[in-house]
Amino acid sequence: MKEISLHILDIAENSVNADAKRIEITVIEHIKKDKLSILIKDDGRGMDSATVQRVSDPFVTSRTTRKVGLGIPFLKAAAEACQGGLEIRSQPGRGTEIEVTFQHSHIDRMPLGDLQATFLQLLIGYPHVHWVFKYQMDERKFCLDDAEIKQALDDVPLSDPAVIHFLRQLISNGFEQVTGKH
Amino acid sequence: MNAIKSLDDLKKIREAALEKRKISETSGASQVIIGMGTCGIAAGARDTMKSVLEYIETNNLENVVVTQTGCIGLCEQEPILQVVLAGQEKVTYGKVNAEVAKQIMKEHVREGKVVTDRVIAL
Repeated sequence: MKEISLHILDIAENSVNADAKRIEITVIEHIKKDKLSILIKDDGRGMDSATVQRVSDPFVTSRTTRKVGLGIPFLKAAAEACQGGLEIRSQPGRGTEIEVTFQHSHIDRMPLGDLQATFLQLLIGYPHVHWVFKYQMDERKFCLDDAEIKQALDDVPLSDPAVIHFLRQLISNGFEQVTGKH
Repeated sequence: MNAIKSLDDLKKIREAALEKRKISETSGASQVIIGMGTCGIAAGARDTMKSVLEYIETNNLENVVVTQTGCIGLCEQEPILQVVLAGQEKVTYGKVNAEVAKQIMKEHVREGKVVTDRVIAL
């Protein structure tokens, strides 16, 4: 995968598969501290310490369709190659937190990519999950908690054309405020 | 951005959507499912889904529910897209890039004709 936002989609997918009801994704670009940090927090079924230790090994996965999981090892290797790292904190029954950091200006750091597409697709593709997205650049923050949106929409599907348009605008406006780009 | 105004917008969208639904109640919703496991994402599934959402938005296609799913064990066929029209069997498509996704949305989801050369056997 060539974009950090694709890895985020992949890790969030793990959270969904762990039966998380609430998933929070925070992406912070600390330009001043030259750091890019990503935090993915879920309330899914969690892992015991032995599983956490083994999870960055390419030959561990909880899925049953295939025996090899490669998402986390790839991301860990990419982060470590950029003066950063990947840390997993998890407890069975409590959920999992994955924190990934990169040196922001590192020459080998892959681009963040289309984070807006990742957020939009998770929001629409997994309507039963309560999503909280945060994107921050130095002091400027954008937070999208979908609870209010879902309450207002009630039983209208998130993939209704007008709703897709609304969500796309909401996310794009939020990102513009953070990056200052139009 | 004004949060309260946004929620009002959503309520308007909701009312309009419910009104339209009354009209098309009998036809039922179609389902589009996109494989978004590591294998799917690595093969370009995000662009596939992006294309599906753009098609719905641009063509104002009502009554389609788009969801994602994990790896279904056919990694070599990713990106995988499945279509379930109301009252019909699930059809599974393989190697669905953004372009093919658009074709499936138009011909299968909208017009009801299966895109046979992209169907994979399960």
